[in-house]
Amino acid sequence: MSMLHIVNKSPFERNAVASCLSHASEGDAVLLIEDAVIGAVAGSQAATLLTSALTTKAIYVLGEDLAARGIEQSRLAQGLQVVDYSGFVDLTVQHDKTQSWL
Amino acid sequence: MATKKFMYVNRKAPYGTVYALESLEVVLIAAAFEQEVTLAFVDDGVYQIIKDQKPKAIGMKNFSPTYKALGDYDIKQLYVERESLEERGLTEDDLMELTYEDEDDDWAEKSSLSIISRAEMAELMAAQDVTFSF
Amino acid sequence: MKYTLMVNEGPYQHQSSDTAYQFAKAALAKGHEIFRVFFYHDGVNNGSRLSVPPKDDRLVQKQWSELAQQHGIDMVICIAAAQRRGLMDASEAKRQGLDADNIAPGFRISGLGQLIEGSIESDRTIVFGD
Repeated sequence: MSMLHIVNKSPFERNAVASCLSHASEGDAVLLIEDAVIGAVAGSQAATLLTSALTTKAIYVLGEDLAARGIEQSRLAQGLQVVDYSGFVDLTVQHDKTQSWL
Repeated sequence: MATKKFMYVNRKAPYGTVYALESLEVVLIAAAFEQEVTLAFVDDGVYQIIKDQKPKAIGMKNFSPTYKALGDYDIKQLYVERESLEERGLTEDDLMELTYEDEDDDWAEKSSLSIISRAEMAELMAAQDVTFSF
Repeated sequence: MKYTLMVNEGPYQHQSSDTAYQFAKAALAKGHEIFRVFFYHDGVNNGSRLSVPPKDDRLVQKQWSELAQQHGIDMVICIAAAQRRGLMDASEAKRQGLDADNIAPGFRISGLGQLIEGSIESDRTIVFGD
């Protein structure tokens, strides 16, 4: 039993990423989509928050949303994994429930 | 039909956007489906159940009395996150009194609200089958 | 897997309808079933057939209509949210005494119970919104 948390807010605009990370359980996965991918860039303030969560949770970033925003995958903070929409679907299969942080 | 645990996570304040009101409409319908229903008030969502809402002067209807009716729909698991209250300078005393009548205890009036910690909220979220967020 | 998707934002203003559509396409491509898509809040506007975007833009409503027709997806617009926002099918318009209806093919208008029922019936429920 584990949950896929889906976050779509830039951490520079809303607290959804922070709130999600403080409520996600050990073994859960977090997927950043839409504007949330902005927080995944290495060296950004939000990236520190994300990478410190990696000890207990897996963090994924939706590649299509990165590309749309001109963010090369090489710019991502270490330990974050990129998935495409097909991988997004797989994550919803691997985790038996989802919670969206809107 | 199978019974699932449904959680409604409310993280937005009322009036600024329609989410609080329309979330409440989903909850009222959900009550008819005999599923386990839990409401969570987290982040700005704690403002949905604050006392003394007076939206008349902004031209909107005060829908907060509807939360008081939830007990009549057998929805009595309302959880408020303590840290979310504290971060906003609020305490339990700032919230409406929300109650239900316990049929197993001679219809005694009991509080539907539980103030829980963020860690407890995380555990509660992990225990759900379906989570609707607004 | 059987999915129910909830779409809470209208087309063009927010990405969530596009995200839900891309997700649905990817899930169908992998052999999963989209049992129902439930449109709520401003998401009901995804079901308007009167949207006319510039020629070089995608037609969000038509994308949904075509996907639903190709794959037999049940696409439900919440009646309470639709009435607030002026989204009508012919019978509802008649009932309300209005002179027009605007629902796109493949969508139907029904109650919130369809969302709950969809979630009970499905293996996964995913919310797309703002």
